[in-house]
Order: sequence, then C-alpha cells, then structure tokens
Amino acid sequence: MLIQTLVTGLAIGGIYALMAVGYSLVFSILNFSNFAYGSIIMLGAYVGYYLLMKAGLPLAVSVAGSVMGAAFLCYLNERMAYSTLRKRNAASLYFMISAMGTAIFLENLVYATIGSRFYAFPEIITQQNITFWGASIGVLDVFAIVFSFTAIYMLHYFLQHSRVGIAIRAASYDMQVCQLNGVNITRLVGWVFLLAGALAGLSGMFLGMKYMVYPTMGWITNKAYIAAVIGGLGSLPGAVVGGLILGVLETLVSTYVSSVIRDVFSFSLLVVLLLVLPTGLFGKYLEEKV
Amino acid sequence: MLSYISGIITFSLIYVIAAVGLAIFTGFTGLFSLGHAAFFAIGAYTAGILTYFYDVNFWLALASGGAMSGLVGILIGYPTLKAKLRSDYFAIATLGFGEAVRVLLENLEITQGARGLPGIPAETTLPVAAGVTVIVLWVARNFVHSRYGRAAVAVREDFVAAEMMGINLFQVRLLSLVFSAICGGVAGGLFAHYVSFIQPSMFTSYLSTQLTASVVAGGMGSITGPAVATVIFIAIPEVLRVASMWRLVAYGLLLVAIMVFRPQGLLGFRELSWAGVKRWLTLGKAAGQGRG
Repeated sequence: MLIQTLVTGLAIGGIYALMAVGYSLVFSILNFSNFAYGSIIMLGAYVGYYLLMKAGLPLAVSVAGSVMGAAFLCYLNERMAYSTLRKRNAASLYFMISAMGTAIFLENLVYATIGSRFYAFPEIITQQNITFWGASIGVLDVFAIVFSFTAIYMLHYFLQHSRVGIAIRAASYDMQVCQLNGVNITRLVGWVFLLAGALAGLSGMFLGMKYMVYPTMGWITNKAYIAAVIGGLGSLPGAVVGGLILGVLETLVSTYVSSVIRDVFSFSLLVVLLLVLPTGLFGKYLEEKV
Repeated sequence: MLSYISGIITFSLIYVIAAVGLAIFTGFTGLFSLGHAAFFAIGAYTAGILTYFYDVNFWLALASGGAMSGLVGILIGYPTLKAKLRSDYFAIATLGFGEAVRVLLENLEITQGARGLPGIPAETTLPVAAGVTVIVLWVARNFVHSRYGRAAVAVREDFVAAEMMGINLFQVRLLSLVFSAICGGVAGGLFAHYVSFIQPSMFTSYLSTQLTASVVAGGMGSITGPAVATVIFIAIPEVLRVASMWRLVAYGLLLVAIMVFRPQGLLGFRELSWAGVKRWLTLGKAAGQGRG
C-alpha cells in the first residue's frame, strides 16, 4: 500500500514538476506568473486526444503532436498577449492580467465550441498494472515518472550546453545586460515560450490519460504554482523538488486522511510555507525587483 | 417590464459594490486578488444563515456578513502581506483561498453542502441596493482621499519610495484588503437576499473573473470607472441574453485587449464627474483622448 502510494505520488509529482518547470522558466525570464499556462496544457491534451482518437495516429506520434502543438500555442500566446507589454516595459501586474485574460478566453472558447464533455483515453493505456513487491503499480505512473524526468533532464542539458540555453540563463539574471551583449531578446523569449509549451504538451498528455480531458483541466496548474513556491519561484531545480514533494504529500493525504481535504491541504501548505520559508527551498526572488 | 428593469439595476448595483471593493484593493495598491468571489460567498452565507436559521434582522445580518468577510480578509491578508512578498505570491495565495472556501462551503453542515440554502427572505429591493451602493461609494471616495488612500496610491506607484517616505506598507495593504473584503461581504449579503437561494457553485472563479474584468476595464486607480464598467458588463449581456460561456470568452479577450491597447482602462486614474462630462461634451472627443 505504501509503495503504491509512493509511486502514484511520484508520478503526480513528476507531472507537477513538469508544469512547475515550465512555469518557472517563464517566470525566471519575464518575472511574472503566467496564469495562461494551464490553458496551454489543456489545449495540448486536446490536441493529443484528437490525434490519437480521431486521426487514429499511434500514441508516440500523438504525444509528439501534443508537445509540438502546445509549444506553438504557447509561442503564439507570447506574441499576441505579452510581447507588446514587454516592449512597453509594463509592470508585472499587467502581464498577470493579460495572462489571466488569455486563460479565461481559451478555456471558455473550448467550453463554448467543443463542449464541457469529459474525454477519456482508451483503457488499454490508462488501466494496465504491474505487480511489484506485492503492490499493484500503474504502467502509466511508471511512464509518467520516466518521461517527466527524461524531459526535465533534456531541458537541463539544453540550458547548460546550448548557445540559446546559456543566453536564457544569462537573461534570467539580467535581461538588459544580456541584450547589451548582443542577444536578440525577442527570439530568446520566443524560445523560452516554445520550451515551456513543449513541457505543457507533455504534462497535458499525461494529465489527460490520468484524469481525462476537459476544458477546466488547466486548473491543476495551481498545484504547479504551489510547487514552484515550495521550491522557490524562478528556480528550476526548486520547481522539480517542489513538484515531487507536493505530489507525494498530496497522495499521502488523500490516501490516509481524505481526498476531499487534499486541495485544502495544498493551499494551506502554501500559506504556512509563505510564513515559515518565504523564499522556498532554492529561491532567489523574495521581493519584487526595483 | 418595470420589475425586469429594476431587477437588472439591483443586480448591477450589487456587483458595483463588490467591484468598488476590488477597485480599492487592486486599483489602489497594485495587488491582484484572484479569489475575490470567496469574500462575496462568505458574506452571502453569513448573512443568509443568520436570517434563514436564526431570524436575525436583515440589516444586522448584512453587517455581520461584511464583518465576517473583513475578519477572513485579515486572516488571509496577515500572513500573505506581512512578509512583503511579491505580488505573485499574493495572487496565488488568493487563488487557493478562493478554492478552499468553496470546498469548505460544500462540506460544512451549516451551509447544507452543495444543496445550498433555499428560501432566504428576499429583502434586497432596488432602494435598499441603491442606498447601500451610495454609502459604499461615499466611503470609498473618502477612503481614497484620506491619508490611507493617498498612501495606497504611493504604494502602488513605487512601494520602495513609499516606504522610504515612512509609509507602513503592510498596514496600508491590509487596510485596503479588509475594506475590499467588507465590500465583497456586504455585496454577497445583498445578493443572498436578492436571489433568495445560494449554493457554493455560484461563487466560482467566474465571479472573481467578472469583478477583475470590471476593475481592469473600468480603469485601475479609479472608483467610478469600475462602477460604470460593472453596470455595462452586467446589464448589456443580460439585456442581450448572451449565453454565459460566450460572455466569459469576451471577458478574456477584453482583458488581453485592454492590456495590449489601453492598459489604463476606461477611466484610468480619473474619476467620472459632472464637470468632466461637460468638458468632454463641449471640447469633443479629441480633448478626452488627449488626456488618456
């Protein structure tokens, strides 16, 4: 029972970590909370579902399609909703409002056109189990763990070793100095949103398989924000660790206490954490930059 | 027909009260609340439970709703504002707070869970709503022109400079949050006694969104702007009978469009006044745009 809970917790935590990394990536560059991220995840899940079920493509191709689709949508989101604000040097409040507007728009557009129906992936993918030390473990959970960590590692490698990655890391310290050194900021921000969108597509696909696909599924990114706060806003290793901690704790609470208070628990954890450890585990941003 | 029109006006006024509250908070301190529906819900449930189960006087119940909401505002504001955290933390915390309140309402005994409270006495009439609105607008205006209101504006513009001038950041932010929570609570109480049936699903993020959209569209740093925007947002879709999901699609688009094209909103940092309207009419549109 405990092993099973831990594996489920790690799987959820891995998905939280994926979302939290994508969210933190944008935060570390543009210094605002991208509330539209959840709706990009939701659209990624819809893209994946349509490719798999309606177009009849194999699962691997659908996942790839979902990743690419979400990356493109995330890029488009930046171009349409944030780039003008960025050029105007607007305060982060304006970015947040614009992000929230995008989230409301996309979510309700799906609601009004596709409908509020819940779409489930076929059981052959979602319901397979393997027995391991007497515990029944979902194959999907194992896949979620493996794929989230592979994706996060790939992102880490990219940020450490590629030219664009180095520029992104430099910009997260100081955008202006980075620009003075000849980095094309518009292209750089485009890259950041593409990467964040790719992670959104992957996490959307796993979320869809685990909990079905529906218009408000993006609300789960609230957990990613909490995970990012646990790890420290803007810190990528923090986002991974925070995601895992939150996933395991939540699963433990819903297994041993009650699933109703699971969400209340997460949000209370957030408030308590703000009091005790406001910088999070690896945070560098406590107060607003001047 | 007359009762239909007065119904829409009453409804709009209830939301005006809540929006003015949010305008004081978001517009004047620059912090962003994503869970304002929770204050509305707390006010609605407190007032509703008092009149429904305990036969308390309507006005007393309304005041209790506001007080309870203000108290919860202190509870949520104290830890989140105390540490002078980034506004992002605050927005995320309010988001969680809104959800937590809804989950609690769905699972408490006294709120009768998801079934809601049917048959609350319908005490809110047009004169009642109008009277409360006038009081709230008057208090809000005085608040903005008071020492605290001016301090709040300073905090919004540059909180580091404001703090160096000796303004207590925490005090100013908490005070405007509590004021805004009380407004939300009173509006909720009026709402409960207007529709006479409340259930937790009425107080979702839809409501928070609507309030935020009114404040942003009306213009941050203004009281009359959000009030006008609220009336427009409530009355027009109501009259045109637009399906609620398309309203939200439009709100979302509007929020982005305002941020991209006119971040100051309808009446950003200005107030609607008779002198202003007259000047605008005589000088034509150019003068109005010139100041924007």
